[in-house]
Amino acid sequence: MTFVAKPTARHPSLKINEIGLTRRDYEGSVSTLCAGCGHDSVSAAIVSACAELGLPPHKFLKISGIGCSSKTPNYFLGHSHGFNSVHGRMPSVATGASLANKELYCLGISGDGDSASIGFGQFAHIVRRRINMLYIVDNNGTYGLTKGQFSATNDLGSTSKRGVPNLYEPIDLVSMAMQIGATFVARSFSGDKRQLVGLIKAGLMHRGFSFIDVISPCVAFNNHNGSTKSFAHMRNMQREVVSADYVAPQVEMQIDYAAGETEDVTMPDGAHLRLRKLHSDYDPHDRLHAINYLGERGREGEVVTGLLYVKSDTENTHDILNLVDTPLNSLDEEDLCPGLDALESINQSFR
Amino acid sequence: MKPAIKPKDIIYNDFVIRFANVNGSGSASANGMFAHAIFRMGVPVTGRNIFPSNIQGLPTWFEVRVNERGHLGRRDGADIVVAMNAETYVQDVDALLPGGYLVFDSSKPMARTLRARRSDIHHIGIPIANLLVHEFADAKQRALFKNIVYLGALAELLEIDMDVLKHMVDDQYRGKDALIAPNYHALDIGSGYARDYLGEHLRFRVRPSDQVGNRIIVDGNTSAALGALYGGASVCAWYPITPSTSMAEAFEKYAAQHRKDPDSGQIKAAVVQAEDELSAIGMVIGAGWNGARAFTCTSGPGVSLMNEFLGLAYFAEIPAVLFDIQRAGPSTGMPTRTQQSDILLSVYASHGDTKQIVLLPSSPKECFDFAADAFDLADRLQTPVLVLSDLDLGMNDHLSEPFEWDAERRYDRGKVLSADDLDRMDQFSRYLDVDGDGIGYRTLPGAHPDKGAFFTRGTSRDEHAAYTEAPEAYIRNMERLLVKWDTAKTLVPKAEIDQRGTDANANANDMGVIYYGSTEAAMGEALELLSERGIQLDAMRIRAVPFGDEVVRFIAAHETLFVVEQNRDGQMRQLLIAELGEHGVASQSLHSILYYGGLAISAGEIYEQILSWIEEQMRERMRPRVLKFS
Ligand SMILES: Cc1ncc(C[n+]2csc(CCOP(=O)(O)OP(=O)(O)O)c2C)c(N)n1
Ligand code: SF4
Ligand SMILES: [Mg+2]
Repeated sequence: MTFVAKPTARHPSLKINEIGLTRRDYEGSVSTLCAGCGHDSVSAAIVSACAELGLPPHKFLKISGIGCSSKTPNYFLGHSHGFNSVHGRMPSVATGASLANKELYCLGISGDGDSASIGFGQFAHIVRRRINMLYIVDNNGTYGLTKGQFSATNDLGSTSKRGVPNLYEPIDLVSMAMQIGATFVARSFSGDKRQLVGLIKAGLMHRGFSFIDVISPCVAFNNHNGSTKSFAHMRNMQREVVSADYVAPQVEMQIDYAAGETEDVTMPDGAHLRLRKLHSDYDPHDRLHAINYLGERGREGEVVTGLLYVKSDTENTHDILNLVDTPLNSLDEEDLCPGLDALESINQSFR
Repeated sequence: MKPAIKPKDIIYNDFVIRFANVNGSGSASANGMFAHAIFRMGVPVTGRNIFPSNIQGLPTWFEVRVNERGHLGRRDGADIVVAMNAETYVQDVDALLPGGYLVFDSSKPMARTLRARRSDIHHIGIPIANLLVHEFADAKQRALFKNIVYLGALAELLEIDMDVLKHMVDDQYRGKDALIAPNYHALDIGSGYARDYLGEHLRFRVRPSDQVGNRIIVDGNTSAALGALYGGASVCAWYPITPSTSMAEAFEKYAAQHRKDPDSGQIKAAVVQAEDELSAIGMVIGAGWNGARAFTCTSGPGVSLMNEFLGLAYFAEIPAVLFDIQRAGPSTGMPTRTQQSDILLSVYASHGDTKQIVLLPSSPKECFDFAADAFDLADRLQTPVLVLSDLDLGMNDHLSEPFEWDAERRYDRGKVLSADDLDRMDQFSRYLDVDGDGIGYRTLPGAHPDKGAFFTRGTSRDEHAAYTEAPEAYIRNMERLLVKWDTAKTLVPKAEIDQRGTDANANANDMGVIYYGSTEAAMGEALELLSERGIQLDAMRIRAVPFGDEVVRFIAAHETLFVVEQNRDGQMRQLLIAELGEHGVASQSLHSILYYGGLAISAGEIYEQILSWIEEQMRERMRPRVLKFS
């Protein structure tokens, strides 16, 4: 690819962020997904979130598995390296990449097929391992790329395009993540840009493992009447309990919400997570309560969204493994090779 | 009265002793001390563990070969058997060669049956249990010290230096000094009994020698772990599987010692026990993609699981290092035995057209060297490198040259562009063959604000990493990967060639042998045995795939070649034919010599098979031709 000098002229309507960049600088290649696919809205929300946070657009690791959703890292953050890896195995590749350089923002993109079926094991274990990353599942209840088979997140009784009902219980990745110990767990809807951008910002800045399950309708195979992952169903049944936004250190943000209870959760870097509770009966700091709440509302057919559980001040993999602060990929011979004296004593230990 | 042993019948430093124990009875440490004491007396020795897939209760054997001339491959038949496991008495007694010695616990009821079974061997009963009853009150101690008592008795009977043994006890229990005195005592009980009641020493004896030199005695897995440590590995992701587990454990142990930041106490290496092998190799690939040196270690079943990822890494051109400590097939049981049966699995690992780089170390020293080299090769060639060891090499202690390291050595990180490099360039094309060696330039994530980022995928991209499904682009890429394969031929370790047959015959020899990996331990001896029968063979030890020109030349120069391997299907032979067919390597000239019973191949096995093949050929040639009409 040839380096093209960036045009100096900028459209006057484009806002400049803290580091002098516009939203354009966070975009990627043109999407090849179906027009109207929910996944494109998730990509757009990622672009907005990163631009609003003013993060350097080349300091990301974009890792994905296989699926329409997993293609999307090509469509945002074009200045960052991306890796469209193996079906269901994004978590392991992200783990390795994150271990190699802890200074980059690690963003994992997966699908419901990718994470709840073939990659269910890897999903569970990356949660346990507490990689410092944001893990997003573009959840459409179907295998988009292989043309519309039911996925494991498809609800019991939800129908296929041809009207055939799904006969199996769904796997709820959000409840799973909470159960296994994720410290930032959210659910959102690709059609709710305000909520989603706030959650992505908060999730990216959360130190530790963040998980967002985004209901992201597949217009080609799962957006009909009878599907519980359609735009219409989500618009009717979404119940947002807690919205979240990131407030940088020393920045007092204007909140444009009309009313509601707000709470600031302090993050290790001095920034805040500003939570707004939209339902007084919901507590995002109580894991078991959250899991129960989801189950209860789910039985009523509601889809609970927002920041469902958060816990700050937690250890991530780097802390657990007691790794040096220098990124492992920049250690050199000096750091890595124990040298000749050590080798002589090693040899001696085998005599 | 037995007739006294005549001095000329005494055999120094040449015997095989087999210890038959029950798994989990503490015998491993005593038996290890036996072998190590002989090593410290300067005598070449090796010990092989034959163990079940079991933690406690099943039979286990430890076979020690002592050989002044350094022939340390497995040898069939035992000269001495220490029979401590009632369950395997019969088979252990039967393993003795005529004139051999059976050492057993005469306080056990089985003793009489044992004596009756064979009259062509010497029976050496030691009332081990009875001796201990009076000395140690604690039943657990009595069980453990049984092993030490026979060790003491053997020291006396074989003339092993007791001071050396006691030094080893000191070393072993440093920091746990209370255990030293009782161990000494148990040794003395054994040696005292042998001195007082068993009379003459055995026909086999140990005497100090200078044949060890500055060599070390170590297992291949520890060696490979140290090679990875010196080679700069900073990520190890693995999933437990015998016989590879001890490699990851050794790496973790040495990293904690030698990669610790003195100020912060933090470690310069991440060791992650993954949830399975798919995840382990995924982590390695993620880390390699992001510029850290990463490896996994596993065995056959793990390599099978890693196949999909290995293909991705081949196509996406990502450095990764994998150690396959080969074992015998799937499931449990036999898999705790050794084989060389993952050759084809490894070289052609994955779907699509793939060819993987494979290194074949034969000794602990080579495990160390090849482990370190594997990281340079993987970075230089931007591809997975598989190092194939096996259970025999990996888990047993072998006599080895000491590890060496060149203080000037710099890691070859391959073609990685820095931010400065990118600033000087007008164009970056990830998969363009700029240098004609089939290897493109890569960049690491985060290197530069607006140059050099690319999207990694397996296939479907052009030279500039842009998405395309164009057939021509795919073919160009696949052809370039073959150019890279040719480059690899010049970089991997060359085959080691020994023209001993040619020299001996003064004119070109038309027969030779090809072998690799742990078979080396038996090969020198097999060649000597053949040579004593007047059969002089040239020899080539293959050390890597792809094969270099020297392999082609060696094969071309010989009419008859024996390919010796530890698998059923002659996998290396198949590979030579597949890869070198276009260079004229044909199946008629390559003859398989195979052993795959799960024990290390022995010199006798190789010798017998080659000899009978040659004799068969001679008979064929003598036979009058019968013309058939049909
Ligand atoms: C090992 C393997 N098995 C099967 C496939 C085929 N495959 C590609 S995408 C996909 C499902 C993707 O579903 P999901 O993760 O939900 O992504 P979506 O397309 O719906 O966004 C499958 C089964 C594959 N690529 N690899
Ligand atoms: S098939 Fe579905 S998931 Fe895939 S791009 Fe089209 S709408 Fe999106
Ligand atoms: Mg899907």
